[in-house]
Amino acid sequence: MSSTEHTELPAYEAPDRNAHGRLDDTGDVYEMLDDAHEALAHAGNAYEALNDGDDPRWAYGTGFADPLAGVDTRVPDGVDGADLAAYCLMLGDDALIMSHRLQEWCTRAPELEEEVALANIALDLLGQARLLLARAGTADGSGRDEDALAFRRDAGEFRNVLLAEVPNGDFAEAMARLLVFATWRLALLERLTGSRDPVLAAVAVKGVKEVAYHRDYAAGWVVRLGDGTSYSRERAVAGLAAVWPLVTELFTPHEVELRLASAGAGADPSALREGFDDVLGQVLTAATLTRPTDTTFTQSSDTTLTRPTDTTFTLPRDTAPGRPAGRSGTHTAALTDLLAEMQSVARAHPDATW
Amino acid sequence: MSGWPLYEVFVRSKRGLNHVHVGSLHAADDETALRHARDLYTRRNEGVSIWVVRSDHIAATSPDEKDPFFAPSGDKVYRHPTFYAIPDDVPHM
Repeated sequence: MSSTEHTELPAYEAPDRNAHGRLDDTGDVYEMLDDAHEALAHAGNAYEALNDGDDPRWAYGTGFADPLAGVDTRVPDGVDGADLAAYCLMLGDDALIMSHRLQEWCTRAPELEEEVALANIALDLLGQARLLLARAGTADGSGRDEDALAFRRDAGEFRNVLLAEVPNGDFAEAMARLLVFATWRLALLERLTGSRDPVLAAVAVKGVKEVAYHRDYAAGWVVRLGDGTSYSRERAVAGLAAVWPLVTELFTPHEVELRLASAGAGADPSALREGFDDVLGQVLTAATLTRPTDTTFTQSSDTTLTRPTDTTFTLPRDTAPGRPAGRSGTHTAALTDLLAEMQSVARAHPDATW
Repeated sequence: MSGWPLYEVFVRSKRGLNHVHVGSLHAADDETALRHARDLYTRRNEGVSIWVVRSDHIAATSPDEKDPFFAPSGDKVYRHPTFYAIPDDVPHM
């Protein structure tokens, strides 16, 4: 500790002996000591003590770093602006929609502490979504801001993967889903830290730290549930099985992703699979769970996924190997419902401020 | 509501000298207690270090013991170093 930090503590003020120092008057002595304790207890409560009581930072949400401070926001040479915008929309929509599903756990999580944890993760993803949607709005020259993109697009214009949009199941399924999502996204963001687009690189550098925690959190729960009681294990197995059919889409590249990857600004999702499998393998081994087999769909019929809880959903008819549904704007009906709720206020009161 | 044990949380702020008790939470084990503490008590940029300890591992004085424990120190005014003039160039006092 440097001496400058010591000097920030308020000076101890000696009580006035002439007024209170008479030893024959115990009442005054106690009063004097109370004064002394008051002077020493400069922090009114534990929270104020955390920042010496005079730092407005913690209470007012100031003092936070802008992840894009000093970043060149011009579209780099050799990168197509429309492609970059589409790519940012994909990654931004993944974060936005997944964030919304996590927010739905508020008041519904099994414990208050887990609820706050899930809300924190949702907020991290919302922060990533804001930066990515804002980038999309500038890269394509449309000038749409993050709110216009989040609240004034219909389901068919969203580019998120289906994993982000399907309805929430139970807690075990939520953990399996978050594990898959975070493991995949972390692998993606790690690659993007070297993106030729300085904005994507900056968003990735910030996001890697956040998503690493998300993955850790989810992995901890998958292990705890899988290697827990016979009931928790049953839920974990069912949750993993419910989520797994949505895994192949994560690694199926869209042509925009391939073009951005060859321009050095994006990442080819198919290249992420090996790392994903390694991490999942470690977690599932620790959880004493078996990795489900990948599902492939045919275009000949609707594919209805049975879920462990109350919801089933039908994958879009044109979901097929080799074509990423969400990235192409093909979604489940669940996304329409989600957007109806998420966008209701913004659509009812356009451009409202508060 | 929670069947999990109670933990007490101590956080050291960025510029703070020592860990300060900030509250309590429920958690299944030590590891999740740390994670919950991170999510509940440091989400507004408050801390750089967290301690958690199970509440039932803390030995504490009881209110019944207040008099024998603390009253005797209440009248020893000579234990306070207030009878000395502190020179101006002595820091941190």
